[in-house]
Amino acid sequence: MRQFFAFVIKEFYHVFRDPKSMLMLFGMPIMLILLFGFALSNEIKNSKIVICDFAQDPASQRIIDKIEASKNFEIKKFLFDPRQIEQAFKEGNVKLVVVIPNHFNDDLLHLHKAQIQVIADASDPNTANTLTNYITNIVMDYQQEITPFNDLPQQIKTEIRMIYNPELKGTTNFVPGVMALVLLLVCVLMTSVSIVKEKEKGTMEVLLVSPMHPLMVVISKAVPYLFLSIVNLSVILLLSVFLLKMPINGSIGLLFFESSLLILTALSLGLLISNSAQSQQQAMLISLMGMLIPVLLFTGFMFPLENMPLPLQIIANVVPSKWYYIIVKSIMIKGLGLSAIWKETLILLGMTVFLLSVSINKFKIRLG
Amino acid sequence: MRTLRFLLQKEFRQIFRNRALLPVIFIAPMIQLLIMPLAADYEIKNINISIVDHDHSGYSRQLVSKISSSGYFVISDYGTSFNAAFQQFEKDKSDLILEIPLGFERNLVKENEQKLFIAVNAINGTKAMVGSSYLSRIIASYNADIRLEMTANPRMNPVPNIEVPSINRFNPYLNYPFFMVPGILCTLVTMIGVYMCALNIVKEKEVGTIEQINVTPIKKIHFILGKLIPFWVIGVFLFSVGLFIIAGVVYGIHPLGSIPLLYSFLFLFLIAVLGIGLLISTYSETQQQAMSIAFFFMMIFMLMSGLFTPVDSMPNWAIVIARLNPVTHFIEVVRMVVLKGSGFHDIKYHFLVMTGFALFFNSWAIWNYRKTA
Repeated sequence: MRQFFAFVIKEFYHVFRDPKSMLMLFGMPIMLILLFGFALSNEIKNSKIVICDFAQDPASQRIIDKIEASKNFEIKKFLFDPRQIEQAFKEGNVKLVVVIPNHFNDDLLHLHKAQIQVIADASDPNTANTLTNYITNIVMDYQQEITPFNDLPQQIKTEIRMIYNPELKGTTNFVPGVMALVLLLVCVLMTSVSIVKEKEKGTMEVLLVSPMHPLMVVISKAVPYLFLSIVNLSVILLLSVFLLKMPINGSIGLLFFESSLLILTALSLGLLISNSAQSQQQAMLISLMGMLIPVLLFTGFMFPLENMPLPLQIIANVVPSKWYYIIVKSIMIKGLGLSAIWKETLILLGMTVFLLSVSINKFKIRLG
Repeated sequence: MRTLRFLLQKEFRQIFRNRALLPVIFIAPMIQLLIMPLAADYEIKNINISIVDHDHSGYSRQLVSKISSSGYFVISDYGTSFNAAFQQFEKDKSDLILEIPLGFERNLVKENEQKLFIAVNAINGTKAMVGSSYLSRIIASYNADIRLEMTANPRMNPVPNIEVPSINRFNPYLNYPFFMVPGILCTLVTMIGVYMCALNIVKEKEVGTIEQINVTPIKKIHFILGKLIPFWVIGVFLFSVGLFIIAGVVYGIHPLGSIPLLYSFLFLFLIAVLGIGLLISTYSETQQQAMSIAFFFMMIFMLMSGLFTPVDSMPNWAIVIARLNPVTHFIEVVRMVVLKGSGFHDIKYHFLVMTGFALFFNSWAIWNYRKTA
């Protein structure tokens, strides 16, 4: 046991003596929480639009005022030449053009029917769709205002309650995602080089001829990262509770237990990469190139998994952070206990056992 | 010139000799480009809904069938117990609960008013908004239907009606991969450029071979060019394969704008990005350090680039960061030229900024690179 601790201490020295890697290790979660908490959101606001008001009458003015008052739009300029619309789109930052035709108010008053044309830059389909809907709602609102009678028979009213996140904050969704992202990526990245580095430098020989069991050598490599990841997890939770004002509704003990499980999964995956890679460069590129985008997308916090085509939903099952994300949402936000998430827990456990046994199997005691 | 040629020969040999690395450089990014755009889809469909019907009347059944035939919703369960529905909700089996109270039909007919209760799982705010607005729209349209049935003689009161027809320019079918493929391609090319370049030089430091180069009469500039050019070539190659084969053949995205214009921006961008890789490598002693720093900045570059979330929606301080991020400009230009056919005149500002980045990062890196270890 004393030998084992000596090895663990050696590994800690490796980590603490490299301040630049430490910066990544501890800077990454803070940076991600700040970015996701304050900079990034799926909402679409301040979109620059152009208005072609050919009518120039009270009705068109009223609608323009309503558009201007909305935080979703920023009127960039008024154009009166339809040929300039195309140019405005090509310059890039105009997302939508609203065209109000001649005699808009007259048509509305006399024919009871009028049109407003919306042209959206659909190269970004999501923005185009959302902004078109916003404009339609504003126009409908105006239409309601000028409708002569309001007391309709048989009114169905709806009472909508937003559960778990009444203010529709983006952070509720992002915090569990960031936790999954940081714990998985950082752990895999750091452990993936640990063994191959010793091989590349030739120090592995020394470790293998030591009286310690080779398996212990591998495990001692993982211990510091397990410890540091738990520190990381605590930092994320503290930031999200005190900075983003996001409460933890479930049991903190359970959350830490499940997180340790994900960390173990990540460490096993890292060890597997490290055992199979031939050089540090290869190990790093596998864990960076191979994992960053898939983990980001398949965790399910940026794009809902159930929207993806079926084959991709099946692939997503292999990504451990997907299961962890479900677990964290259940504990932190819904406040559920182990009975609700035993299935996900078992899956993570199974993955860990599988990855660990494969990587131990692959670990060779003889070099060269 | 001869020195440079020998150096290039050495670098290319080193890259192509490393058989284990080739698939990571060439195949992994292309597979990701093939698959990932399908995952990045904001369109919200197949929303699972639990319906709790306490009324079991003709009206409530009509409403339910209207919801199920709308195409947006999948009725995951239909029952009479709110608690049972809520359990489905907790398990993420359903995203919305619609509760139809007892006396729904009677109250509507007698008292002309009735409330429906909707609960939405709002963990994902965007999805919740979309789901509840779809449902409200369906209920409103159902409301109009029964009203029409009730008032057999529609009053001749003219109601003003404003139509809002919309045109979706550049992408009429709202095809999501159109938007994502160029963005993901840009990110992958950036990643390869930064990581490869940063790791490569540090590797020479770590292995010790840089000493041998330092004692030769090779000039600083030749050494750096020798390191940059191979990755520049690989970057251009990957971009071309991604653009013409994967985006072109698989996704049917053909650049509307001028290809030479696109490539001249790519050339400039790669110089800037390799400059960043070079800079990272001059500040690190081991590959692990280089990778950590590169990963840290790559994460910021990717998230702040407008790849997944719009830059316009960010707060002002974040927009400043996004503007200082070369990847933002690259993604913007590629999307503009490929999808909208923008010309040089439209993107000249980006050219200017990118030239600035290229000069800044490379001169900083060259200044910081020391031949004496």
